[in-house]
Amino acid sequence: MRVALFVTCVNDTLYPATGRAVVTLLERLGVRVEFPAAQSCCGQPLFNSGHRRPTEPLVRRYTEVFAGYDHVVTPSASCAAMVREQYPRIAARAGDGGALAAAVAEVAARTRELTEFLVDVLGVTDVGARFPRTVAYHPTCHGLRALGLGDRPRRLLEQVDGLRLREPAGAQECCGFGGTFAVKNAAVSAAMGTDKARALVATGADVVCAVDNSCLAHLGGILARRGSRVRPLHLAEILASRDGSGA
Amino acid sequence: MSRTYVGMPAFPRAAARAVDDAVLRANLRRATHTIRDRRAAAVAELADWAQLRTAAAAIKDRTLRHLDHYLLRLEENVTRAGGTVHWAADADEANRIVTRLVRDTGEREVVKVKSMTTQETGLNAALEEAGIRAYETDLAELVVQLGDDLPSHLLVPAIHRNRAEIRELFRDRMGAWGRPAPEGLTDRPAELAEAARLHLREKFLRAKVAVSGANFMVAETGTLVVVESEGNGRMCLTLPETLISVVGIEKTVPAWRDLEVFLQLLPRSSTAERMNPYTTMWTGTTDGDGPSAFHLVLLDNGRSDALADVTGRQTLRCIRCSACLNVCPVYERAGGHAYGSPYPGPIGAVLTPQLRGTASPLEQSLPFASSLCGACYEVCPVAIDIPEVLLHLRERVVEGGEATVRGVRTVVRPARRRALEGAAARAAGLVLDHPAALRRAQRLLYRTRGLHPRRLPGPGRAWSAARDLPPVPEESFRDWWARTRGDGAGRGGTA
Repeated sequence: MRVALFVTCVNDTLYPATGRAVVTLLERLGVRVEFPAAQSCCGQPLFNSGHRRPTEPLVRRYTEVFAGYDHVVTPSASCAAMVREQYPRIAARAGDGGALAAAVAEVAARTRELTEFLVDVLGVTDVGARFPRTVAYHPTCHGLRALGLGDRPRRLLEQVDGLRLREPAGAQECCGFGGTFAVKNAAVSAAMGTDKARALVATGADVVCAVDNSCLAHLGGILARRGSRVRPLHLAEILASRDGSGA
Repeated sequence: MSRTYVGMPAFPRAAARAVDDAVLRANLRRATHTIRDRRAAAVAELADWAQLRTAAAAIKDRTLRHLDHYLLRLEENVTRAGGTVHWAADADEANRIVTRLVRDTGEREVVKVKSMTTQETGLNAALEEAGIRAYETDLAELVVQLGDDLPSHLLVPAIHRNRAEIRELFRDRMGAWGRPAPEGLTDRPAELAEAARLHLREKFLRAKVAVSGANFMVAETGTLVVVESEGNGRMCLTLPETLISVVGIEKTVPAWRDLEVFLQLLPRSSTAERMNPYTTMWTGTTDGDGPSAFHLVLLDNGRSDALADVTGRQTLRCIRCSACLNVCPVYERAGGHAYGSPYPGPIGAVLTPQLRGTASPLEQSLPFASSLCGACYEVCPVAIDIPEVLLHLRERVVEGGEATVRGVRTVVRPARRRALEGAAARAAGLVLDHPAALRRAQRLLYRTRGLHPRRLPGPGRAWSAARDLPPVPEESFRDWWARTRGDGAGRGGTA
């Protein structure tokens, strides 16, 4: 089984610890993971802002870089949703006689968000992690509604030794990040984030965990600005943790 | 005076103002969360909800594909049943037709059934100019009219008002429009409803002309359907001598049996009821029963343009249930007025730019009035993929492209002021498509760690105004991988 890590540009640049945690976790589970260095961004920030044309080369790059792997694993539900949901639409308009569409069909189906890979492909929910903290899980919109991750993240968290799981009120509501929405509609985004932060703090958790660091950057930024001690942490870092420090 | 939506600011500005209004936000939050939870319960009762949803989308898609055929059939059957059909290409034409029809009766006032379509055309203002007074008879529309306000919700146009505000409006303004509110009116819902009932009853009994919209039009029989809760619609549709219905062409369904699907989906999605209290159906005119003159004004006003767009046309499936508004976290905070049209919330963000085109700043801002969370698509009873249409319209605003505008196939130019963003996007695309360049940019970021400000300049200011920045790491993942695993470990080319 050949497995590639698609780390995503946000994780690569700002959250390398998440990428390292995925490698640690997968290797512990006996999976040899490769990191194709020619990978880049999935193109979501451009595409979601209306820039389809500059997105297309990134779609093509993705299909070339990840061709031939059995699985492409990514610690971002949002980027996985971009590949599976939007790539076919972008490719359909490439005007190349269907070449990109065929390449996308091939690689998109094998692109899996981390918890999908763990639960569906490896068939594990107990990854041998220990994390003795109180954790609130925030199901991000793309994980919840675009990918339909369902209870996969929850099942993984429930098996973590020492972890106390909390459900925030209004858990399924968007945190207000939304990519460039956070800047283009800053007031509404911040209002959504502030309400979400309140719900998270009310759970009494030490840590808010999600499968997308972009949402966590927004939430963590608002929590920190409000002087909260709730700390954002990617799910992968909890699952890779053995001593409770978070990877 | 009837206020209109002309000259509204772009969405972010109006939304920011609403966010700062604590009373408005509390009103909206309470109302949307209540109806949201009740809808979920009402929908969960039906085991075949998913199938109903698929059927509804299929019926609408088929009808829209052959809309020319079904509209002619509708016209034929309405005419045969004693009605008169008028075709209005745009809002002005519809308003001119209605004004003329009312003038022909010699009346100076009309009663109105709640109608989004006549809000869209600005009919009340047009009638007012012609010296005709239009009385809204839906309770919430009455609140809006008395307050010289604009609707902010499809179903509950006065959702932004609370009981105390409504009491004040009734007390201060009802007298100017007819029977004043009773002395000592409190804000108890039953008292408010009774005050409205007494006030409106006078209008119903006096009115000779009514104006309505319709939820559905059945092509095979020429039947119109109005679905409502208060009974004011039933009054307006049966008591006056002349009935004028202004309806968007997309409200057509082919056959009577299609209503079986929609009359299950609509009440549960909109008011969370199994069945709404009043469903009025009429076919032309009947001697001695109801209005003796019936006019149907079929409105296009941009709908054919939307229909010509392969991705956008699914928007025309909408049955105006407002479920998408009630689950939308952006609507909840921005309020309905920020959307600058009678169609607020997620559906408005996709419908308005299609009906009006994307030439001005408000319409250009609407496709961006969403975090793309997908809650709207999840609850939509006719399965409109609103996030897909939002992205499609964002592209039209930013990159331009082919679109049909007022019936003419045109190449839309990118919006002004987007040129700089476009250049930045192309530059970003270029860097991201060259991992070596990306790596250089990352290293520059890490080398300057000590110099980073806590607050960002430029467009980043909007980010750091409300959020601390995440700590910048010492090295990227790719550098860590190269350092610990060696550069050649991966396939697919080099950095």
